[in-house]
Amino acid sequence: VSIICSSPQNYPLYIRSVPTENELKFHYTVHTSLDVVDEKISAMGKALVDQRELYLGLLYPTEDYKVYGYVTNSKVKFVMVVDSSNTALRDNEIRSMFRKLHNSYTDIMCNPFYNPGDRIHSRAFDTMVNSMMMQVC
Amino acid sequence: MEQGPAGGSAAAAAAAAAATVTTTGGTGGLLLPLSESEQQRYSELFSRCCPPPEAAAGGSSVGELFRASQLPPDTLHQITEVCGAKRVGYFGPAQFYLALKLIAAAQSGFPVRIESIKNELPLPRFMALKNDSEVRYGTPAELHGVKFQVPHATSEKNSYKRTDEGDKQEPKSPPMSPICSPPASPSTYQRVSLSYGYGKSRSGLEQQHGAPYEVRHSTHQQDGPSSGNYGAHCSTLNRSLSAEREQQESSSHYSDDPWRITEEQRDYYINQFRSLQPDLNSFISGSVAKNFFTKSKLPIPELSHIWELSDVDCDGALTLPEFCAAFHLVVARKNGYQLPETLPETLLPEYLQAASLKPLRDCTLFDSYSESLPGNQQPRDFSRMEKTSAEEVPDNSTLLQDGKKDDKPALKVSTALKTIPKEFQHLTVKTAAQESNALKARPRSRSYSSTSIEDAMKKGEEPPTPPPRPQKSHSRASSLDLNKIFQQGTQAVRSGWLPPPPPALPPRPSVSQAEQPSEVELHPQMNRPPSQAEENSSAKKEVVLAQPPSKPARRKLRTEAQGLETPELSPTINVTSSLPAAKSHLPVQKQSSKQKRAIQTAIRKNKEANAVLARLNSELQQQLKEVHKERIALETQLEQLRPVTVL
Repeated sequence: VSIICSSPQNYPLYIRSVPTENELKFHYTVHTSLDVVDEKISAMGKALVDQRELYLGLLYPTEDYKVYGYVTNSKVKFVMVVDSSNTALRDNEIRSMFRKLHNSYTDIMCNPFYNPGDRIHSRAFDTMVNSMMMQVC
Repeated sequence: MEQGPAGGSAAAAAAAAAATVTTTGGTGGLLLPLSESEQQRYSELFSRCCPPPEAAAGGSSVGELFRASQLPPDTLHQITEVCGAKRVGYFGPAQFYLALKLIAAAQSGFPVRIESIKNELPLPRFMALKNDSEVRYGTPAELHGVKFQVPHATSEKNSYKRTDEGDKQEPKSPPMSPICSPPASPSTYQRVSLSYGYGKSRSGLEQQHGAPYEVRHSTHQQDGPSSGNYGAHCSTLNRSLSAEREQQESSSHYSDDPWRITEEQRDYYINQFRSLQPDLNSFISGSVAKNFFTKSKLPIPELSHIWELSDVDCDGALTLPEFCAAFHLVVARKNGYQLPETLPETLLPEYLQAASLKPLRDCTLFDSYSESLPGNQQPRDFSRMEKTSAEEVPDNSTLLQDGKKDDKPALKVSTALKTIPKEFQHLTVKTAAQESNALKARPRSRSYSSTSIEDAMKKGEEPPTPPPRPQKSHSRASSLDLNKIFQQGTQAVRSGWLPPPPPALPPRPSVSQAEQPSEVELHPQMNRPPSQAEENSSAKKEVVLAQPPSKPARRKLRTEAQGLETPELSPTINVTSSLPAAKSHLPVQKQSSKQKRAIQTAIRKNKEANAVLARLNSELQQQLKEVHKERIALETQLEQLRPVTVL
């Protein structure tokens, strides 16, 4: 399971993977999935930006794992890669996880010492992500 | 008081000379006979406590030394009084020597009186004055507050009563030594410290908390000069405000916690808040707070973390309690404390708000105070700045020059910061509470910050019923009756897999257990007279064979196996009946034959399973090919339809 938060310019703000072997594979997958995300965003059309859903759903399934995407209104993207073997994860759960991520992200933004575009070092964010990943694994 | 015949050492001579000079007749010209060994020891101790150029021993090292003597604190207090240090306000050599003598007397069991030192006394015993905490603390039985080093010799004596646990502040001792050397201030310093000690002794003796008091003092050593400042601070407060003493008492009640804000601190914070934002009930915005805290010169990630901790409702602005918490954390960090992972209970806004009602009353008093304080403390701060090598020095100087933060060093001083390890023990206990608090705080903000998202989410969730779960087997291949095949296959596989283990098990320990485990009924049968057993076993096997009608394949196999086995069994059983003594052979024979059977059946089963799976595989491969074809077709269509893209 891996969670990535990337900026509007598509560079990563936060990467976390559990288990830590095959991290590169996760990173690669996420990188490729960013294309899919962009595609989905642009496909919605410019006029409908407000109505666009934040949750993008299953981006694509590969043989081992599934990739889910979520975009905030400021084009910050969250991508989550989970094991396909973990079939207990339902769509709702994924949605709630993204919602939690988004909430934590807004909390970070409230911190005046955080500049948007910086890497995220917040401990609160870390703990939240850890707890989520533990829940999934 | 004069020294006795001078000892052999030059230091002693110098000390003696100095002693005669500094003798102020504090004890009325008492002659203090010192033996040679005593002279040597005392002078050595004295020079240790204060480097030669100085005339007076530093209060800190004296305090250390006295504590190392492991006498009860009030004894030490008495000693200080008697030797005249109180009166003159510092530990000159005369006072020091007298004190040492008195310590020796006390350790020998004599009352602390001038008279008692007239006798021959052994040398005062001190624990080795190393910086090693283990050595210092001596035996566990003697827990007379040997732990911490505090600049105030006298003030510490009050805390001697308290036992200290786990306070390892030894690394801070080096910064203490510079205190001894400062040229100008020691006299005033100790005088002040003594008066502080007085004030404290009156208020402090009533308190019998084990940890709080000494813990409070332990933090003084954290910032050597600053604690002296604190002493000064407190003494000035003592002198001018009698009401202050109650405040101090109550504040020392709170001082079991580095994360608790004392009254002085709170008022200071409130003043700072007011300087940023006149209305105490309103917020400080994030940018303003950012500028303010950046002045503290802490690194940005730490400031970021402090903000995270203190802005409980995560609104990007600090209310008064949040601000106090943040400021307190900044101060703690500057004093060397590690930031906690979660906000300590005493820094929670609810807690602070409840507590903040009190100081607001005295705000007006303290307002006048804070003006007078900088005046007092700036000279002291400057003098102290020269002494310390702590990192606070550059900060202090820059801050003082800023003018805005002139109270900060005073404040650092006044923080009643405590031992971290101890506190983290408390904190870990409280983290659960804090977590729940944090969680409680969260929903408040969540309501307004994420309503739009929530609504979107909800709308998204409600309408679509969850799509039917794709079946475990291939959804695309649903056209094929793969499911059936698969299930059959699995069944066959399962059935094929199950029997092999049972046959494998039987040819083990005894004949009786040689039967398949499923035929448990046979075991007792086998144990019975073999003649009967033969018939019974075969009969049982027939029964068992009839039992699983749902598994035709299995039964078939079983019958096969049984057919093969029964002839095997019966002769073997006969053999057993005839030759009970030769039983050992039979199990072996039986086992080998059983094993053969078992292996053969297993092989058969696996072959069958293989066949099924191979069939499945081929079918799936075909499917895959078809799907590939489709995909290629679609992609070519897409390519044709899509306008030419420029790469």
